[in-house]
Amino acid sequence: MWKHLGEQTIRLESPPTILAASSTVGPKEGQGPLASYFDVILEDVLWGEDTWEKAETKILKETIQRVITKADLTTDQIQYIFAGDLLNQIVATSFAMREFKVPFFGLYGACSTMGESMALASIMIDGGYADYVVAATSSHFCSAEKQFRSPLQLGVQRSLTATWTVTGSGAVVLSKEGLGPYVTHITPGKVIDLGVKDSMNLGATMAPAAADTIINHLLDTNREPDYYDLIITGDLGVIGKQLVLEMAQEYHYDLSKNYTDCGVEIFDPTTQDTHAGGSGCACAAVTLTGYILKEMEKGTFEKVLFIPTGALLSPLSTQQGESVPGVAHAVAIETNLE
Amino acid sequence: MEYLKAFIVGGIICVFGQILMDRTKLMPGRITVLFVVIGTLLTGFGLYQPIVNFGGAGATVPISGFGYALGKGVMKEVTKEGFVGIFTGGLKATAGGVTAAILFGFLSALLFSPKAKE
Amino acid sequence: MEKIQDKKQQYQQRVEEISPKVNLLASSAKAFFVGGLICTFGQIITNVIKNMGYSSDEAAMITSITLVFIGALLTGVDIYDNIGKYAGAGSLIPITGFANSIVSSAMEFKKEGYIFGLGAKIFTIAGPVLVYGLLASMVVGLYHYLIY
Repeated sequence: MWKHLGEQTIRLESPPTILAASSTVGPKEGQGPLASYFDVILEDVLWGEDTWEKAETKILKETIQRVITKADLTTDQIQYIFAGDLLNQIVATSFAMREFKVPFFGLYGACSTMGESMALASIMIDGGYADYVVAATSSHFCSAEKQFRSPLQLGVQRSLTATWTVTGSGAVVLSKEGLGPYVTHITPGKVIDLGVKDSMNLGATMAPAAADTIINHLLDTNREPDYYDLIITGDLGVIGKQLVLEMAQEYHYDLSKNYTDCGVEIFDPTTQDTHAGGSGCACAAVTLTGYILKEMEKGTFEKVLFIPTGALLSPLSTQQGESVPGVAHAVAIETNLE
Repeated sequence: MEYLKAFIVGGIICVFGQILMDRTKLMPGRITVLFVVIGTLLTGFGLYQPIVNFGGAGATVPISGFGYALGKGVMKEVTKEGFVGIFTGGLKATAGGVTAAILFGFLSALLFSPKAKE
Repeated sequence: MEKIQDKKQQYQQRVEEISPKVNLLASSAKAFFVGGLICTFGQIITNVIKNMGYSSDEAAMITSITLVFIGALLTGVDIYDNIGKYAGAGSLIPITGFANSIVSSAMEFKKEGYIFGLGAKIFTIAGPVLVYGLLASMVVGLYHYLIY
């Protein structure tokens, strides 16, 4: 059966169930508006390790172990793991995978990795290639700052458009059998670059990709925005969110009633000094595994379109005068099947 | 009185830097390079000395003052040693500051570790 | 309908429009105050050193070293980054900012070892100041040599 819709959307014939979800966050996220939704809030971002990178590995590893336990499974029942992070060569993830002995697909989607990992994991299950697959990602403020920006003790004044990298990890177990919530559709995103060069305004660099994916998803599925109870992008922040609203409006899609962004929801800018909002792979991941899925359990949302967004720059690319391309992958999640 | 002059001159030089930071796309790294180069060149043309005479530490403490030390040092060495002075003057004059920076950088790294931000 | 990829110019303009700008008056006032304070403190040190009998030049050198030490210490104990956040150019431009850039790099990259981490990357941020300052001094030297 042909499962391709329109330009780029996939309709899953046997929608996998999100069997379990788990999140781990750092202290700052634990002081934010979504604090009560997270499974584990760390007291400090090193978690007893020597380096930021090792801490990030530990955070990812613990979160994946926890989600497998929450699913009432053991590690050897998991057939594949899809995961990635922001670090060069995705080291945090690769090193965490040493503990699992499960066939592993390493991904780089920058902060869109949760969407990419869930998309591919869902396809594996829908295609009959696996029963249980883990999709996960992590990010860490300190390791990201060290790699992309500047040493922590440097006296910088952050731009008002800058976002704050979330320290944490989110993981889900997807299964063939189950009672939902179900992943029903996937709209993988195209890389879109509208020439924004400011690496301190990543929301603006990713907004076009997010708008493009959302619009194409709606066109492909022949749905209106109000089909969903919640449309939520990954880490566009306040500025990126505004830009998506405007771009969607140009295509006659009114997102104003049910659209928000994980980066906007995860921090309180008035008390936490996070300027434009949260970012990092974990931003979307912990918001999904914490807030969104728990509210879906309660019945607050029945149909969610989850669109993590990534800024595809490297530490060198902006120095070389390049602009920052963006990508966004949409995952449609529903409590019930039609 | 000279403390007030130092305060004002130093403050004004920093404000120039702040304007560049907030209203141009220049990153802090480029701004400090701009300041040190301008300080050096102005010194070479005798235009920074009057600012030092008036503002004292207000002119020498900013990174443009580092340029002033470089410029003064190289002019002194060229007068004394001729052509070779072009190569030796700058580093000679600022040797103290640079070596101190390396020493204290090393010691601080030995004693302290970076703390995560809140 | 026009594809999103074709809207570059219009989009970049819109990004400029809605991106918030810092209140220049407020940030300049803070930069002025903190920068002025650091320089005044430097003046105090210079005067104290001169009173001990040192020459003008020696006093200037010792003042620089002292301020570098203070900048380094404040960086080490996690204070200078907070000053920097508040004061912006007021903490970046004085020589204490130079020290901060060197020390913060040394601290951060220590994890990669003393040779290839700290040793190699200590000047990651301050390097350009030394390189272009020295190059500018050579221009001045050459000019001075040719004219005099």
